Amino acid sequence: MPAAEIRLEKISKRYGDLWAVREITLHIKRGEFYTFLGPSGCGKSTLLRTIAGFVSPDEGTVYLDGAPVNHIPPWERDVGMVFQNYALWPHLSVFENVAFGLRERKIPRDEIQRQVQQALEQVGLQGTERRRPSQLSGGQQQRVALARTLVIQPRALLLDEPLSNLDAKLRAEMRIELLKLQRDLGITTIYVTHDQEEALALSTRIAVMESGRVVQEGEPREIYEQPREKFVAEFVGKSNLFIGTVARAGDGIIEVKTEEGLTIRAAFSSPLLPGAAGKKVLLNIRPEAIDLLAPGEEAARLNRIAGKVAALAYQGSFVEYEIEAGGRPIKANVINPKGKRLFQRGEEVAAVFDPKDVALVS
Amino acid sequence: MAALLALLVLFILYPVVRVLWVSLSDEEGKLTLLHFANFFRRPLFREALWNSLLSGVLVVLFGSLMAVPLAYFSVRYEFRGKILLQTLATLPLVIPPFVGAVALQLILGRSGMVNLLLMRWFDWSVPFMEGLTGVVLVQTLHFFPFIMLNTAVSLSNIDPSMEEMAQNMGCRGLRLFGRITLPLMLPGYIAGSLLTFIRVIDDLGTPLMLNYKNLLAPQAYLRITTIGIDDVDGYVICVILVILSLVSLAAARKYLGLAEYATVQRGAVAARPVHGRKRFLVLLFCGLVLGISLLPHMGIFLLSFSKVWSFSILPATYTLDNYTEILFRVPHFVRNTLLYTILAAGLDVILGAAIAFLLLRSRIWGRNLLDAIATLPLAIPGVVLAVGYLRVFHGWDFPGAGAPLTSTWFILVIAYTMRRLPYTVRASYAALQQVHVSLEESAQNLGANRLKTFYKVTLPLITGGLVAGGLIAFITSSVELSSTIMLVPRFELGPISYGIYVYMQSAALGRGAGAALGVVAILLVSLGTYLTHRVFGGRAGSAFRV
Ligand SMILES: Nc1ncnc2c1ncn2[C@@H]1O[C@H](COP(=O)(O)OP(=O)(O)O)[C@@H](O)[C@H]1O
Ligand SMILES: [Mg+2]
Repeated sequence: MPAAEIRLEKISKRYGDLWAVREITLHIKRGEFYTFLGPSGCGKSTLLRTIAGFVSPDEGTVYLDGAPVNHIPPWERDVGMVFQNYALWPHLSVFENVAFGLRERKIPRDEIQRQVQQALEQVGLQGTERRRPSQLSGGQQQRVALARTLVIQPRALLLDEPLSNLDAKLRAEMRIELLKLQRDLGITTIYVTHDQEEALALSTRIAVMESGRVVQEGEPREIYEQPREKFVAEFVGKSNLFIGTVARAGDGIIEVKTEEGLTIRAAFSSPLLPGAAGKKVLLNIRPEAIDLLAPGEEAARLNRIAGKVAALAYQGSFVEYEIEAGGRPIKANVINPKGKRLFQRGEEVAAVFDPKDVALVS
Repeated sequence: MAALLALLVLFILYPVVRVLWVSLSDEEGKLTLLHFANFFRRPLFREALWNSLLSGVLVVLFGSLMAVPLAYFSVRYEFRGKILLQTLATLPLVIPPFVGAVALQLILGRSGMVNLLLMRWFDWSVPFMEGLTGVVLVQTLHFFPFIMLNTAVSLSNIDPSMEEMAQNMGCRGLRLFGRITLPLMLPGYIAGSLLTFIRVIDDLGTPLMLNYKNLLAPQAYLRITTIGIDDVDGYVICVILVILSLVSLAAARKYLGLAEYATVQRGAVAARPVHGRKRFLVLLFCGLVLGISLLPHMGIFLLSFSKVWSFSILPATYTLDNYTEILFRVPHFVRNTLLYTILAAGLDVILGAAIAFLLLRSRIWGRNLLDAIATLPLAIPGVVLAVGYLRVFHGWDFPGAGAPLTSTWFILVIAYTMRRLPYTVRASYAALQQVHVSLEESAQNLGANRLKTFYKVTLPLITGGLVAGGLIAFITSSVELSSTIMLVPRFELGPISYGIYVYMQSAALGRGAGAALGVVAILLVSLGTYLTHRVFGGRAGSAFRV
């Protein structure tokens, strides 16, 4: 299967006054699992449909394997698409649905028979050939849609929120299957989702989108651990954001005085920081990086903020606390609570965390 | 509940059952199929049956040839004048087919405008309006918008991703249409065609106006009105009409049920612009079809202002006399129509709301029976209901009325109410379905009793649906002819449709006055349609679907 390389150059698309997609430039490498991640309405589908040829961009160029394809109609692009609602044709059987693209390609009959069987086996649906799509469960329909697209061996696979119509358990299962399938086939895949967990779990790289623009592109760990914009920090995972000014810099550590009057020390690892004192910065600390101690307890962490428990929610594998400190809430997830004592509402606590867990957003 | 059921049984089920019984029993009251055997033995009746089926099929066929391309253009193409097309295409619905029949006679008839011109220029004429051809022509021009609306709705109901997926797989153009679009819109199209088929074989006015009698509906009418109320053959024909309608209706239901499975999730497929030669052809086709389908309107309008119009291309002299005649000298036609239809529409709204409420919000025994009987009128041709009424109420001094119902105008109101009841039941049902029970429950939870809840919460929320249903009942009743001409007790009690029929039949009274009445009817229907659009908004088309 010839996996394609996809390049988008300054793609813009307008609907009336609204820029659905604005000046997006991306390079998706062969065999990559690339995700467009963003809230509903940010332009993910529009961008994906531009690649498939259903939307013609107002500006910019789409390149498939180096060749511009703006003028090539959808039926000649040879990129397989899987729609959010699966778009299985209700008047055709499962077999005919999967065979559709092969018939369009004038493949001989017994070859179609063989390839359809193989595709259905690949997604674990042998034996359902004669059924109508409406007789299948949501998960099965999803698999048929996938088989139908994969059977024509497209140059790339485009998936528009393929798991969003499934229930939570099935979604988790399909996620793993999709991952294995894609890595086995090595097909270039673009995946659209608003679910950050999905994006983090599946992707080789992620483009986080907001209002038609890409705000950050990078590998999952980069996106989660070093968000470079407030939006990314908030949208991907839970966050504690602090605005402050650098009070002191040096020795691999900077000291930041926050708006609330708290002092936070951050490790000087980020290449972004010029290290000048007096500079305004935005810091992010993930809730799972924060541990809670009783007021008298000591720990070898450089950051310590005193506060009061405002709320707590026991989640089994961790406890979600909201601490009030300096007049603002701080989220802390204390992991593996088994055997530990839970702090009660109103109790005085100290939130402690390492400087290396403090991310400089900007 | 019991009262409602009794009412529907008395005015819908019982008359039909009586008709059925007459056709199935001999003099001693024993069950027999003899009458049906006799029916099929008579060549005249066999021919009438065949002609009815043929006209139904031909109207659907020719109607589709006009309607399907129009529907496709109006849903999938973007061009200037598209709104105009969509508006004009519903105009044939506002002209009652029997009015259209008269108008077309003047334009396409043997001595009508077109043939006179043909004779003058080429010494040649075309028998457009003779026999079954004329009936089919008139009905096609009247009914094709039904097919168009149904086709357009099922086309725009196709989820765009169905076609996009096929394109993604390499399919396009006509092949895409044949493999995906057509199969997906077929159920809706077939349902629309079957409903049109029912209306065609139910139509009594057109064949009567064109003086073509060899169809089922006019045969039933003639047997009963000329031979007498006891003529068994009339009843047999009625039963056959009901069977044909029931079968078509059941099939339509089945197909509509099928159509639901592929409805939209995102918006419809975007219409795309057309250019050049294709655009020219599209516009030419639309213009041609609309031009022809608006001929009846033109004819009736001209006739209503003419003193005499016969054997001439255009009327010789113009006058306002016709309008003076129907508005001042014999104003009772217009008055009666307003009285009857407004009463009937009002009753329909009340009954429809009550029935819908019982169906959706109660667990009372007999709900399904109520539903079934309230839907039945869709499958009962007007002639059949009228025959049933004559059979049941003739000579029976109705309690409270002091006379048989059939000698008062009440019978017309009752007939209209019952015939259009399915519309208001459905409209109310749909509206009420949108009102989630929890809205009512939360009102009750906050202390409002059942009655107060209904007035303060439910009623305001379903008013739109009720008004729309009532308007449709009003529109369709105001041009009802099939049961009207059989049930009008006396000349002075006749409504507009009856007046048109009477004027058109007699040259002495003057056909111009009939045409003026026709224009009034068109205006009434247009007004009703306009108001329905206002109430229904963009979904107005759904008013004409079942
Ligand atoms: N065909 C269209 N016409 C008008 N507006 C559109 C159309 N398609 C998308 N939009 C608008 O463009 C924006 C981006 O849409 P979309 O790409 O579907 O977002 P996402 O897939 O991220 O939810 C939305 O505000 C949407 O309303
Ligand atoms: Mg989307």
